[in-house]
Amino acid sequence: MTLHLVLPVALPLAGAILCLAFYRVARVQRAIALSSCAGLVLYLAGVLWPLLNGAGYATLRIGNWPAPYGIVLAVDLLSAIMLSLAAVVGLAVLVYALAWFRREPEEPLLYPLYLILLMGLNGAFLTGDVFNLYVFFEIMLVSSFGLMALGGERGQIEGTIKYLAISQLSSALFLLGAGLLYGLAGTLNMADLARKLAASGATPYTAIAALLFLGAFGIKAAVFPLFFWLPASYHTAKTPVTAILGGLLTKVGIYALCRLYTLLFPVHWAAQRSLFLGIAALTMVVGVLGAVAQGDIKRLLSFHIISQIGYLIMGLGLSSTLAMAATLYFMVHIVLVKTGLFLIAGIAEQVTGTTDLYAMGGLLRRRPFLACLFLITAMSLAGLPPLSGFYAKLGLVIAGLQSQEYWVVAVALGVSMLTLFSMVKIWTQAFMKKATTAAGAKEQLRPGLYVAAVGLAALALVAAVGAGPIYGVAQRASQQLFDSSAYLVAVLGR
Amino acid sequence: MLILLAVVIGVLFATGVYLLFRRSTVRLIIGLALLGHAANLFLFTMGGIRPGIVPIVGAGPVEQMVDPVPQALILTAIVIGFGIQAFVLILSYRAHEEVGTDDLDQMKSTDVT
Repeated sequence: MTLHLVLPVALPLAGAILCLAFYRVARVQRAIALSSCAGLVLYLAGVLWPLLNGAGYATLRIGNWPAPYGIVLAVDLLSAIMLSLAAVVGLAVLVYALAWFRREPEEPLLYPLYLILLMGLNGAFLTGDVFNLYVFFEIMLVSSFGLMALGGERGQIEGTIKYLAISQLSSALFLLGAGLLYGLAGTLNMADLARKLAASGATPYTAIAALLFLGAFGIKAAVFPLFFWLPASYHTAKTPVTAILGGLLTKVGIYALCRLYTLLFPVHWAAQRSLFLGIAALTMVVGVLGAVAQGDIKRLLSFHIISQIGYLIMGLGLSSTLAMAATLYFMVHIVLVKTGLFLIAGIAEQVTGTTDLYAMGGLLRRRPFLACLFLITAMSLAGLPPLSGFYAKLGLVIAGLQSQEYWVVAVALGVSMLTLFSMVKIWTQAFMKKATTAAGAKEQLRPGLYVAAVGLAALALVAAVGAGPIYGVAQRASQQLFDSSAYLVAVLGR
Repeated sequence: MLILLAVVIGVLFATGVYLLFRRSTVRLIIGLALLGHAANLFLFTMGGIRPGIVPIVGAGPVEQMVDPVPQALILTAIVIGFGIQAFVLILSYRAHEEVGTDDLDQMKSTDVT
């Protein structure tokens, strides 16, 4: 039995409940939160990956109901990669948040919300059922609303209202898509749906369903032209919250697109290639242009979330096994690097007391180690060899050239230059420039902040050094996605 | 019946989206609620609109039973929607306390300039 597959959902849920029970005992809360996050990492490394390396798939039928009727949890390599990213980044940001929120009034609320967020993320990666995907998305969103409003300042409340309104619109689209699929096939189990939709062939209805999902997940992933909510809301939250939302939450939309398009809509996937690539190019360009224009470090990084989503959509749109493998490697790279950059920006914020780049300065002299960390992650983001961003973009460029989509490759490379430019902007303004004294700066930093940032930067370096093996796993995951027959057998049992 | 429901869903969706575009947070909340209702009604129609018997084993022939799954889905979606509604009501109350207005045009301090 693979009953342990419920752990990625059950462990954070249990942790959240216990955290609420110990609402007033901060020390116990911290221990619970830390141990459930660390437990997840250990579980994935010790149990799930060895299992997948042998079998390739792991499934669990809840309550042992036969497959299309009961709830199914299904893990393939794509799910496992996403689960691992969520666990590792979740642990790192938690360590950071433990230091950031220590003895703050918001602290007791943070841990339960944070663990529920992780539960929603893990559930979305695990489930083999479209409606369960919706439910886990909602769990994730509700806790992210709470996290974003944490602190209750004016900007946070305004940001949360906008984020909530647009999220609910996308949830309504998601529900419509799920309803349409149920009306077409009479099932919501993804594997069962895949079989029935493949048998009935492409119809206008399946095309509409595909587009509804593209709209719903496009809003969540902040693709062009549905991205305006992101730079208006993410930067308002407390920095650890911004880091986890910016690093992981938008990527769930991409995961869902990967899953549904490869499994349910392979026909429309190929037909909508130019749509995908057009969206990708515009997302990249608009995101990076927005980033270049910003003077606030958190806003600048928020715009970079958008432009990097463009690369992921580009890989998805090229629809070849190589492009999909490059997308997955890019996903690993960007989650680690982007979250790391937010954590470093948070340390810079604590040192200088501001997020305004023009008021920052002198960090190179005051915090040379921080400068070193920033340089590694920023250059990874820009894609300088031999760092992880280089291999990620190299894979995408090769895939684009093989598919003869030269224009989108040219756009991707141009955006890369502008990414470098905006990173240099942070470098010159915050690090190289002479120090300007700002009020509210903290001289003494808690070590947890550095531990988390160093951990993520080190992992980004590991991703660069181990690019070969990681690409190997990504290649296998991509082959699984393209040949879904084994997935269907693993889930449906026939 | 199907046409009537289709029209109702369409009107609900249009009204919901229209209200989302209004400046007041209260209208925004009502708009979100209407959007949720529209999506739920759509799920309901997807189960097939026809007279039938309760889907309990032994209540009658299986062919005459109605499909219970869409109703279970709607129930879940209603509960989730209710939670979100409660949250957004509190949020708009806090916004009114903090900003002193329910006008979304006054809540631009975080926007991209």
